[in-house]
Amino acid sequence: MLSESVRFFSEVSIIDFLTDKQWTPLFAEKHFGILPLVAGTLLTTAVAIAVALPIGLTIAVYLNEYSPGRFRQTIKPLLEILASIPTVVYGFFALTVVTPFLQKLIPSLAGFNALSAGIVMGIMIIPMISSLSEDAISAVPRSLREAAYGMGSTRLQTAFGVMVPAASSGIVVSVILAISRAVGETMIVAIAAGQQPRLTLDPTVPIETITTYIVQVSLGDVPHGSLEYRTIFAAGITLFVFTFALNNLSFWIKKKYQEKYD
Amino acid sequence: MTNAEKNRLKDKAFQVFGVFCTFIGLVILAIFLIDILIEGLARIDWDFITSLPSRRASRAGILTAWAGTLWILVLTSVIAFPLGIAAGVYLEEYSKKTRLANFLEVNIANLAGVPSIIYGLLGMEMFGRVMGLGGSILAGALTLSLLVLPIIIVTTREAIKAVPRSIRDASYALGASKWQTTWNQVLPASFGGILTGVILALSRAVGEAAPLIVIGALAYVPFVPTSPTDEFTVLPIQIFNWTSRPQADFLVNAAAAIIILLLITFILNGIAVYLRNKWQKRVKW
Repeated sequence: MLSESVRFFSEVSIIDFLTDKQWTPLFAEKHFGILPLVAGTLLTTAVAIAVALPIGLTIAVYLNEYSPGRFRQTIKPLLEILASIPTVVYGFFALTVVTPFLQKLIPSLAGFNALSAGIVMGIMIIPMISSLSEDAISAVPRSLREAAYGMGSTRLQTAFGVMVPAASSGIVVSVILAISRAVGETMIVAIAAGQQPRLTLDPTVPIETITTYIVQVSLGDVPHGSLEYRTIFAAGITLFVFTFALNNLSFWIKKKYQEKYD
Repeated sequence: MTNAEKNRLKDKAFQVFGVFCTFIGLVILAIFLIDILIEGLARIDWDFITSLPSRRASRAGILTAWAGTLWILVLTSVIAFPLGIAAGVYLEEYSKKTRLANFLEVNIANLAGVPSIIYGLLGMEMFGRVMGLGGSILAGALTLSLLVLPIIIVTTREAIKAVPRSIRDASYALGASKWQTTWNQVLPASFGGILTGVILALSRAVGEAAPLIVIGALAYVPFVPTSPTDEFTVLPIQIFNWTSRPQADFLVNAAAAIIILLLITFILNGIAVYLRNKWQKRVKW
């Protein structure tokens, strides 16, 4: 992979790659700026996290502080189902159910858009955030919670005043892992977000993510060894760098803060 | 209203919100499943399962798709299970806590976080071009094996870790070698956990489309593959292909194929959950 990318960067300067605002390697007039693809990827990821973080964190807090133990034991495997469904199925869902529904609310919404792909992706990663955050919150020593109750706090005050701050490193780790998952997600965005690379923050128009671009080229018949063929390796390396950095960041946070209470 | 009353009200409100959040994902999932069933169930009949793909939606079937999925499943199991379990056993029982072992450990955990499409690029270059396998079933199975190996290694290690020290000590006290202890005591005792991980890995492999598209699996394969070097398609790719066509008839086909795919995924996950519960109950140290 690296050698194909090196060959790509020997033909396209890395400065163009990082700063050019257009990505049109398959057109006659070629531009190789990765920014539109990165923007598309970050846009869908941001929507997904905006959906998954509040819901996932609320579930984690609710299961830990409010719900009876047996309810938690039945609900957790049910939530895991959300994560076990093949992503191509979520893509179908985004395109045929969520987009038509959202179009009733936002008439200007395009048939392919970052919004519904992001929302569906968010639903997919809810269990990731909720179960990792729940583990983090339940690892907080009992004594902290009891001290809060002893001061007369309600469950809500205990949860957000004491437990969540105490478990913050674990919660941050869960969010980072969720981001890394969303950045690399392929089939949902390939089906529902469109194939038009553009530098925008508007979630209602078609965009293209790094992963979608790789799929698009793989489906077409681009000759092996051509510059167009090498672009998918350059895109792949970019994606890899993103997720690798995120995963290592999560390791680092875990290592640095995990033994705070021992 | 006093401050305490206000706080109690907020507390109650959050409780309601908590229930709402807990169920919203599941409700959406339910809506979706019902929608799929309404759309696709009528389309499923014997012809749909035994027909080759066709350009006309009403005559297209999923024979080549599920045959390809089956091929991939079997080959991936054959390649990934021995490797993954052996690596897990080695890391847990044999390797010393050196810097190398530590390095390997971090890397395996890291590999599990790499997007599946990257595995596709890797597989296309390594198996497709360098080994000359092209877009064959074997190349696909090798790629998916790479993808699920971290899952198998991690679950194997966790299952082995759960076997108490005393079992090993007893075996050593009877004069067993390290290998005899591992093979006769540790592996049987951790079998349930390992099997659970293996099945979860399979259910992950069944649903993957992205890496297989990249290595060159085709959406339209007019024959049932008969050997590992044949071209192939799988259910998720067939669904992707039908979903991205403009005609509504193909969406019905996609919904029907999704029902079959979900059935396979749920059955595999169900088996995994069943095994986990069964072994947790039976094995008490």
